[in-house]
Amino acid sequence: MDPVLTHLTAIDYAVMAMYFVFVLGIGFALRRSTKTSSDFFQSGRSLPPWVTGLAFLSANLGAQEVIGMGASGAKYGIATAHFYWIGAIPAMVFVALFMMPFYYGSRARSVPEYLKLRFDEKTRTLNALSFAAMTIFSSGISMYAMGKLFNLLLGWSFDVSVLVSAVIVLAYVFAGGLTSAIYNEVLQFFMIAFGFAPLVFLGLKQVGGWSGLTARLSEAAIGNGQAAGAYTHAWQGMTSASTNPLGVEWFGLVMGLGFVLSFGYWCTDFLVVQRAMAADSMIAARRTPLIAAVPKMFFPFLVILPGMIALALTGTAGGIIPAKMNAAGQPMLDAAGKVVMDFDLATPMLLIKLFPEGMLGLGLTALLASFMSGMAGNVTAFNTVWTYDIYQSHIKKGASDEHYLWMGRAATVGGIALSIAAAYVAGAFNNIMEVLQLVFAFVNAPLFATFALGMFWKRATGHGAFWGLAAGMSGAMLHHGLTLPRGSVPGIKGGFFGLLHTYPSEMAQTFWTAIVAFMTCVIVSIVISLATKPRPDMELKGLVYSLTEKPVDSGIPFFKRPLTFALAVLAMTALLNIIFL
Amino acid sequence: MSGEASLDLRLPIGGLFAVLGVMLAGYGLATASNTEMYVKSAGLNINLIWGVVMFVTGLVFLFLARRGARTT
Repeated sequence: MDPVLTHLTAIDYAVMAMYFVFVLGIGFALRRSTKTSSDFFQSGRSLPPWVTGLAFLSANLGAQEVIGMGASGAKYGIATAHFYWIGAIPAMVFVALFMMPFYYGSRARSVPEYLKLRFDEKTRTLNALSFAAMTIFSSGISMYAMGKLFNLLLGWSFDVSVLVSAVIVLAYVFAGGLTSAIYNEVLQFFMIAFGFAPLVFLGLKQVGGWSGLTARLSEAAIGNGQAAGAYTHAWQGMTSASTNPLGVEWFGLVMGLGFVLSFGYWCTDFLVVQRAMAADSMIAARRTPLIAAVPKMFFPFLVILPGMIALALTGTAGGIIPAKMNAAGQPMLDAAGKVVMDFDLATPMLLIKLFPEGMLGLGLTALLASFMSGMAGNVTAFNTVWTYDIYQSHIKKGASDEHYLWMGRAATVGGIALSIAAAYVAGAFNNIMEVLQLVFAFVNAPLFATFALGMFWKRATGHGAFWGLAAGMSGAMLHHGLTLPRGSVPGIKGGFFGLLHTYPSEMAQTFWTAIVAFMTCVIVSIVISLATKPRPDMELKGLVYSLTEKPVDSGIPFFKRPLTFALAVLAMTALLNIIFL
Repeated sequence: MSGEASLDLRLPIGGLFAVLGVMLAGYGLATASNTEMYVKSAGLNINLIWGVVMFVTGLVFLFLARRGARTT
């Protein structure tokens, strides 16, 4: 067998090259207007909401998401859409209505800086350091995944693809800062939409439309020991973890994914919040997550359906999704002797199977674009947090604006260099990356509790927040260390402190770890806050809900108000859930 | 704050889509007689079809950018 899965022709390379001409052109065009640190880190708070909204969505739409959601679509079916309809939309609506007024209205330039204003320096520093480490790690993982995938598909050299993409990202972020990253994220959004829509169209045509897909997938579901409709109904069998492909019951799904994890990500992760903070007005900042929510709810059809179609086209006689290979180059078998499929290749392989040369170039460019904008998003969040929350507050206070702008550019270079290093570490030591991923999961799990208490309970204190966070992280580690998913051995999957409980799946364990971390953080924060001295109300104006003037929307026609928009978004999401019940 | 961003994002989006549209549609026309090549895309000349869609989308963005520049 040819070790390379496909070859590109001149037209494919021409499409790719044209995209990069525009990417670099945007950076170059923005270079002249990037004069102050506010321009570089905050886009001068001057962008219209449709731009920040699409970037809000797109910053999260890295290639891991596109490929990972395709993989989950092939593995779990349409239930993967819960990661959008339950695991994103409600949180996006919440951050828009209730949290944006504090982020945008306070003087904070970053999410950690909000923690400093609301609580104290140590809480900010804890958050800033873990966030900075996480961005480097994610952008390194993104580079690594890209280098590996394009090596496998096209035979490109890993080193060359990592270095070239790093240099391109460096060039446009260095030149135009956040604006440049945001503009390219929006461009990437349209590339993904226009690269994947025809893929889904052709795929559905091949399997005989939605009804053909349903018929083929019910066969596949029965073959895998699931109920016939398991892959095409999002809520079927959700009453018990053992009767649905996800292996989670509805409570763990709604509380763990829908509340703790999703609110923790969309409401506190500076990577996405930074996009909204670049908006040109308060109302634009509040609309940003709502504008993002509209395409978000339809993204399952672009990124999950390809995986489901790939599964439907993978018959017994070999098809789209290849088998996972072991070190000896033999297909891997599971405990039951069935071939283990490499689900991560579902979406890329479907591109290769359905797109002729020309369109193939477009589809692969869209994929490449999403890898790179994932890197750029992380790098812009990193250089801001580094410069404002670590460098300015601990290393060099009170320098000139020029100096911080210079520092931001230097941090961009440093951040990309560290990401490249992380990409190579990921390649050399798989275990280190798994451990780090786990550690970050512990760090993130309790975050939303801290923000929610800070914003809605004026009695919460800095000591309460800090120790609540620390306790939440420890609680997450303790829970993970005392439980295991069924069929796993103690180690990275958990159980390293002993075994108290066995979960039906890894996903169920993850969701419950988050729930435990959240509850621990809430309880410890409340107890310690009550035992420590509160800050006077005066100092908390604009930072806590009850002490902040509500944005007045009575001057705006009711159909243009954020609340109306939010209700429409929620109604549409509910409708999608009913359709795919 | 320096205020206004110096580049209307609709311009590069429109420009890129118009150019890619022309490239794909042109390639689709040039390969229109090659039925073998389009077997994998269910017999549709997807390059031509999607090239036209992208070209029109590009023009819409360029039109919006021009209209926006006139009103402000």
